[in-house]
Amino acid sequence: MLNSKIPAGKLEEKWVDYKGHCKLVNPANKRKMEVIVVGTGLAGASAAASLGELGYKVKAFCFQDSPRRAHSIAAQGGINAAKNYQNDGDSVFRLFYDTIKGGDYRAREANVHRLAEVSGNIIDQCVAQGVPFAREYGGLLSNRSFGGTQVQRTFYAAGQTGQQLLIGAYQALERQVALGNVTMHSRHEMLDVVKIDGKAKGIIARNLITGELEKHFGYAVLLCTGGYGNVFYLSTNAMGSNVTAAWKAHKQGAYFANPCFTQIHPTCIPVSGDHQSKLTLMSESLRNDGRIWVPKNLDEKRKANEIPEEDRDYFLERRYPAFGNLVPRDVASRAAKERCDAGHGVGTSKQAVYLDYAAAIERYGKIEVSKQGLSNVSTEEITAMGKEVVKEKYGNLFNMYAKITGENPYEVPMRIYPAVHYTMGGLWVDYELQTNVPGLYALGEANFSDHGANRLGASALMQGLADGYFVIPYTLGNNLADEIYNTPIPTSHPAFEAAEKAVAERIQTLKNINGKQSVESFHKRLGKIIWNECGMSRSEAGLKKAIADVQALKKEFWSDVRIPGEINEYNPELDKANRVADFIELGELMCVDALNRNESCGGHFREEYQTPDGEALRDDENFMYVAAWETTGEHQWQLHKEELKYEVIKPSQRNYK
Amino acid sequence: MSHNNMNLKLKVWRQKNANTTGAFVKYDVNDISDEMSFLEMLDVLNEKLIVTGEEPIAFDHDCREGICGMCSLYIDGKPHGPWQANTTCQLHMRAFKDGDTITIEPWRSNAFPIVKDLTVDRGAFDRIIQAGGYVSVNTGNAVDGNSLPINKDDADASFAAAMCIGCGACVAACKNSSAMLFLSAKVSHLALLPQGEPERKSRVLNMVAQMDKEGFGSCTNTGACEAACPKEISIANIARLNKEYLRAGLTAE
Repeated sequence: MLNSKIPAGKLEEKWVDYKGHCKLVNPANKRKMEVIVVGTGLAGASAAASLGELGYKVKAFCFQDSPRRAHSIAAQGGINAAKNYQNDGDSVFRLFYDTIKGGDYRAREANVHRLAEVSGNIIDQCVAQGVPFAREYGGLLSNRSFGGTQVQRTFYAAGQTGQQLLIGAYQALERQVALGNVTMHSRHEMLDVVKIDGKAKGIIARNLITGELEKHFGYAVLLCTGGYGNVFYLSTNAMGSNVTAAWKAHKQGAYFANPCFTQIHPTCIPVSGDHQSKLTLMSESLRNDGRIWVPKNLDEKRKANEIPEEDRDYFLERRYPAFGNLVPRDVASRAAKERCDAGHGVGTSKQAVYLDYAAAIERYGKIEVSKQGLSNVSTEEITAMGKEVVKEKYGNLFNMYAKITGENPYEVPMRIYPAVHYTMGGLWVDYELQTNVPGLYALGEANFSDHGANRLGASALMQGLADGYFVIPYTLGNNLADEIYNTPIPTSHPAFEAAEKAVAERIQTLKNINGKQSVESFHKRLGKIIWNECGMSRSEAGLKKAIADVQALKKEFWSDVRIPGEINEYNPELDKANRVADFIELGELMCVDALNRNESCGGHFREEYQTPDGEALRDDENFMYVAAWETTGEHQWQLHKEELKYEVIKPSQRNYK
Repeated sequence: MSHNNMNLKLKVWRQKNANTTGAFVKYDVNDISDEMSFLEMLDVLNEKLIVTGEEPIAFDHDCREGICGMCSLYIDGKPHGPWQANTTCQLHMRAFKDGDTITIEPWRSNAFPIVKDLTVDRGAFDRIIQAGGYVSVNTGNAVDGNSLPINKDDADASFAAAMCIGCGACVAACKNSSAMLFLSAKVSHLALLPQGEPERKSRVLNMVAQMDKEGFGSCTNTGACEAACPKEISIANIARLNKEYLRAGLTAE
């Protein structure tokens, strides 16, 4: 039985009580304890920096050339916090409630409440580090709205909040490197977890420049390695984002929870051709001011600007008047897909909807006119002033759109379509962020814990930093306090030798295949299978077919992949082959999980389970649990259930109407 | 949304590793859509090389949306290629025309040694940050975010400097391989904020010392860095850096 170790007591007192009673490691002992942190995004960099500050000897690893490049950097829109600076009714409870509801009642209450509790501290910490958040003229912090909420609680730094927060965490990390508390290993990839007596005690890492394998001991191993969205090949993730570290942990016994809970983000730039290597997100903040629509008429031939109001269908405003264009991501994505499937899509592919700024430009223009006390202003002048305001708010996003599509979004509506963006599933962790393998932790997107079946916008940054800055420094100490009597294990230990040998053998096997097809071609095929059958909508028949297809693909991969170059050199194709091999296995598990979950909830939409008006139909009686999968052999997994108990919130059908 | 396909000739710098000498190698790439990104064009070439048994061209890239700073490439004599305020990953093939010959080189600077082909080691930037590019505040020390109002103009100017993505185009563009634009962006980001005040002097002195140690050249104010910067970091930051440096030197205890 899975023990989530949720403390007893009232929901709002659990974390306070935990912190008051958890065990501590004294400073002299911390100095003797090595801790391994894999990944240096928001979760990893904040954890490594905070643990270094506490005095632990941290070894941090990232596959990029610098920790500052981790994919957290690409987050655009913002970070939520229950500060209630806007006096609009926000509170810790409301952020907690919105997150649970947004996640379609598939997240753990205690974890989410803790997340909401520390959200305010994150903003304070980032401001203290010098993160240049957007400010009002009075000098105070500015907020905006995101989907799934009715308050303004999102803090931001233009369209690059992720980069600014990551630079804050990265600078804190580099400070610890300079002080000698953290050793940084960039261009290194973790290729296995080393277990001794059932506990995680280190890792095998590959130096990506020389190809050499290295053994590293640690009293604990923290995986902060992000999500697995690249299983779809086309996603908004960075090209290097991968599941390998988490998957190796899974192969070593860690349970993988809710793998089928993936987030399809509604506002991305549509696919333009077969050559495409990745998709680009347009921040959800654009839904603050943009209006989403499709032509009412099938076979509409007119250009967007020539289609009159009465021939436009603002389908989100029509279906969800209370939240309008700011419904949660899963709802917005499905609604866009529904319109395109019904033949109302736009652009050459017909797989896109319009995101229109004309109304916002006019509205902002009029506000400027009245602010400046002008009269007799022409429509053109109002439009020009409105465009200036929009440019200040969203200029970098509009520029990005123009560069990619060659169209000017100030003049014509943008075309958008949903794309894979985030994965709510991940390694199963308890309240302390520890997996079921003692000593092995998962933080940030790499774990499953806080977002249920759908994540709300601006909550990923919040969770990554909450885990790294404010949760792990307490929960790690609570467990390491029992480890102080154990001396460090030398990496000559047979378990390290065996793990290193197994990794070397796998690499050699991959290299020896010497087949005909490139790694990339396999990845593309895997992505198509998963996108078609385990993407925005899933069915029993489709999933069964996908499982068979992925199994066949795995066989073909291991008999016909071609990896050029040598093992003991810088070889990006070899790195990629290792990752794609793991994605193929994960792809199968995603379909297994989606097939098991005979309900629709959040991002998981099973065609067989929907309400008469096409909304997701949950089955709380049979599926109010976390599906944690244990690997038991090739193509075999055993399901462990963690019952979700809602003590404070009463689950209901989500209603954004 | 036009589709124009083109045939191109590439001259690409190939170098096995830091210890070998490199050379330009010519490749033909055909049927390239103008909707592709520049890196997708290289993907197409690499796929072809792999299938024919050759080694693909190594180049750094990751987010492919212009923010991680991982991509580099010196394209036809310009860092990140012909478009203004742009990264290589955001450069699209409509910037070129059928029949063009495109020359692709790595960042050229002694402080950025070559790893392989077009990939270089930019670890020097991390070490410059380690020398002082931070505010010394441990987790948990912070006061309420709104207890410290910051003039919006200062906050905006700080943000404009903080937009630097650490790609190194400024160094690659400079005939002296100076890292002054990078460093000035980092120093300005914190010098413009009250949070950066307590360590303002030691920060600039230590970071400049580290920059010199890494082997970057001197700044002669040609402005090539500003012109190449994908995030349009202003050269005015270098003036601020010089002022900060002078002030710190003259008033240091």
